[in-house]
Amino acid sequence: MTTLTDPPKESFRLSMLLYDSRYRSMTIQIIALLAFMLGAAWLINNARINLAIAGKEISWAFLSSPSGYDINQRLIDYTSQSSHGRAAVVGLMNTLLVAVMGCILATFLGVVVGVLRLSKNWIISRLAAVYVEGFRNVPVLLWIVLSMTILAETLPQPRDFRGDDATASMMLFDSVAITNRGIYIPEPLFSRGLGDIPVLVGNSEEAVAACASYYDLDGDGQPATGCGTFQISLDLVAFLSVLIAMVMITKMNNKRADRIQDATGDRPATTLVNLAIVVLPVVSLLWYLGFYLGYPELKGFNFRGGTYFRNSLIALWLALSLYTAAFIAENVRAGIMAIAKGQSEAAAALGLRQGPIMRLVVLPQALRVIVPPLISQYLNLTKNSSLAIAVGYMDVTGTLGGITLNQTGREMETLLLLMACYLVISLVVSTVMNAYNERTKLKER
Amino acid sequence: MSSTDNSYVRTEMLPEREAPTGNVGIVGWIRKNLFPDVFSSILTLIALFFIYQLLAGLVPWLTGGIWNASSLSECREIIGDGPAAACLAVIHERFWQLMYGFYPSDSYWRPNLAFILLFAAISPVLFDGVSRKMFIATATVPFIGPWLLWGGSFWAPVTAALGFVVGYFVYKLVAKSMNNLLALILGPLAAIIWWLVISGYVSSGLASVIPLGLEPVASRDFGGFMLAVTLGITGIALSFPLGIVLALGRLSDLVIIKTLCVGFIEFIRGVPLITLLFVAQVMLSYFLPKGTDFDIILRVMIMITLFASAYMAEVIRGGLAALPTGQYEAADALGLDYWQAQRLIIMPQALKISIPGIVSTFIGLFKDTTLVSIIGLSDPIGWVKLIQSNSEWTGVVWELYGFVALVFFLFCFSMSRSSMYLERKLQTGHN
Repeated sequence: MTTLTDPPKESFRLSMLLYDSRYRSMTIQIIALLAFMLGAAWLINNARINLAIAGKEISWAFLSSPSGYDINQRLIDYTSQSSHGRAAVVGLMNTLLVAVMGCILATFLGVVVGVLRLSKNWIISRLAAVYVEGFRNVPVLLWIVLSMTILAETLPQPRDFRGDDATASMMLFDSVAITNRGIYIPEPLFSRGLGDIPVLVGNSEEAVAACASYYDLDGDGQPATGCGTFQISLDLVAFLSVLIAMVMITKMNNKRADRIQDATGDRPATTLVNLAIVVLPVVSLLWYLGFYLGYPELKGFNFRGGTYFRNSLIALWLALSLYTAAFIAENVRAGIMAIAKGQSEAAAALGLRQGPIMRLVVLPQALRVIVPPLISQYLNLTKNSSLAIAVGYMDVTGTLGGITLNQTGREMETLLLLMACYLVISLVVSTVMNAYNERTKLKER
Repeated sequence: MSSTDNSYVRTEMLPEREAPTGNVGIVGWIRKNLFPDVFSSILTLIALFFIYQLLAGLVPWLTGGIWNASSLSECREIIGDGPAAACLAVIHERFWQLMYGFYPSDSYWRPNLAFILLFAAISPVLFDGVSRKMFIATATVPFIGPWLLWGGSFWAPVTAALGFVVGYFVYKLVAKSMNNLLALILGPLAAIIWWLVISGYVSSGLASVIPLGLEPVASRDFGGFMLAVTLGITGIALSFPLGIVLALGRLSDLVIIKTLCVGFIEFIRGVPLITLLFVAQVMLSYFLPKGTDFDIILRVMIMITLFASAYMAEVIRGGLAALPTGQYEAADALGLDYWQAQRLIIMPQALKISIPGIVSTFIGLFKDTTLVSIIGLSDPIGWVKLIQSNSEWTGVVWELYGFVALVFFLFCFSMSRSSMYLERKLQTGHN
């Protein structure tokens, strides 16, 4: 007869799912997941049924059908015969164009204003503060619409440039024309250019025919359109590769100067040598290619030739830059103020001069504070560029989420694709930012 | 020893002399702050010239402004060959439309009252002297406010509020007799059942006994700054709790909940608001059962709230991360459970840290309400376009945009100033 029993083995009871904290978190999660999946399934099912009723089952075929609308500001060839997909790509490139231009100008303005706001000069720091508060506290859409209005209302029309008693004149030795339709600046042209290479030439007969006549450059040196998905300018490639190679060589020259300085204590002069290393080959390449500037000229009712920046692009660019610069200025100010004064004093005590103190001690530390919010301002600027639709600049929201959506009636596909475009941009930029943060993080023990 | 003092050293102090006139008073201030060196002096002169140019253009334009005219051409006639002047008559004529849109003019008191109530509701947070009893007003505003704005039966907000009471009592009952977690599920469930099934009968029953209500106003009549403020305040009020929940979810140990929250936050933060508004405009109806068609303003409100809550979550997450780990550990050591610790220890401190970020999210949200003009709602910018499309006022630009910008500036600037005030008020540190 046995009186001893095993200690009561804890068996799993259903109530432990609620009362035992070991299992409760599991319960909560599974309930949450179930609720989420049920909700998602319900939404997707609704969408499926509603789309079927409307006869709009998900299909991406519209991307390859002809778009039938024009895009007036574009970086690659595009006609109204091109596909909706190509229109979306043109729009995406326009978004990136205004975003990059905006980021550059906004950074410049933001740094200047941020530093000026810390100025000891009372009136200057007040002016910078007024700028920051004024731009930060008014919606960016208002700035965009307003700057478009300013450009359209105050600048001269192209016809004002004509005749003997012209009321407007071109600037900078007749090379730049600022009109209410946009700005014309000289374009780089090459008389002995290397031509373009078409990329992704299709197999269809038209594509081959377009490319057959392609290498017969017509007199103006402009490539024929329609050959390949896009063309890469060999002149640009040559220019960039020479430039990058020469900059690499200057880096090596600097390294050599460092070595000599470490060994002997004397640093050989590098500035002029570096300048020569970069400038001479680039200039001689440009001369070899027959570089000249194509000036805009008034022909008929408008200017011809030159590079043309549309009004809407300029307005959007200025408004986004001025608006974002106000935020960047605050970031820069905060970053500089975050560096304790002891840092620059300690550097001065070590015998560094004003320039090296800024370059070697203050800036590397300030940048660690400035860069993460700066990048998120860049992202904000990129996202705000979707307001281009208010001034008629054809960015990806204007093409894919605007005209393509209205013409094809495919709300689901176009909007999903549109959001995917922005998401990819955001995710790529934040990945880069995270890598930067990881690299510059304070190493603490 | 003779006591003749023939030392060269003075035995008494010289009387104090006045500081050089160039270093004190207004002259000293100007020298120190405006003209300390050559470069700074040049900057000062440039700035003064710039300010003079600005004022010389702006002041006569504004002071000479025409207030009484019925169209732009009339304005121009009055100005004649005189100096340029503002045609402020357009603001005089269209002021109420810019403010309230097509809201019926005999009901302007309703939005006004709603906003006064709202101000009363937040006054305990902003001012010291206000009694804590004002929080009762805070509790009623979410129900009274929409009723005042949209009108309809008085019993609708009452029964909606009763839903919370029902949910609360069910929660208490279940929590006492059974289990906390079960109560957390059953309480909201009871409230939802009340709202979806029972409240309709109760409110129509009450309305048939005591008919009490306001003239209903359709959403499409909302416009101008009233629309912007309504959208902004709803977004602020709803995105704040949602943001807290999302931030806690993102920091949670529960993997699935964390993943869901991170996915939501990163998705929303990765796309521009305008695409979400497009979704609200054309795509949302596909996701709901056939025949569901609710108000565009409501759809926009949902999207704006979701959008702001993702940003809010990131701001609050920053506040939570800034809190020393010792606070969490101390709360655990006191034996508080998760929600008690959050409510009593963590959140009060984390929210205080994140006040600047929270308020700048609010300001951003309020500014972003202007985007609804792109999808065809008549917020202030939409109204500016409407007025400009009117033949009488075609060509009026500066006056209208300037006015709208000024009002937005006043709203946003006062918000940012009051956040600074709140920060100082809640400051408990010793520095």
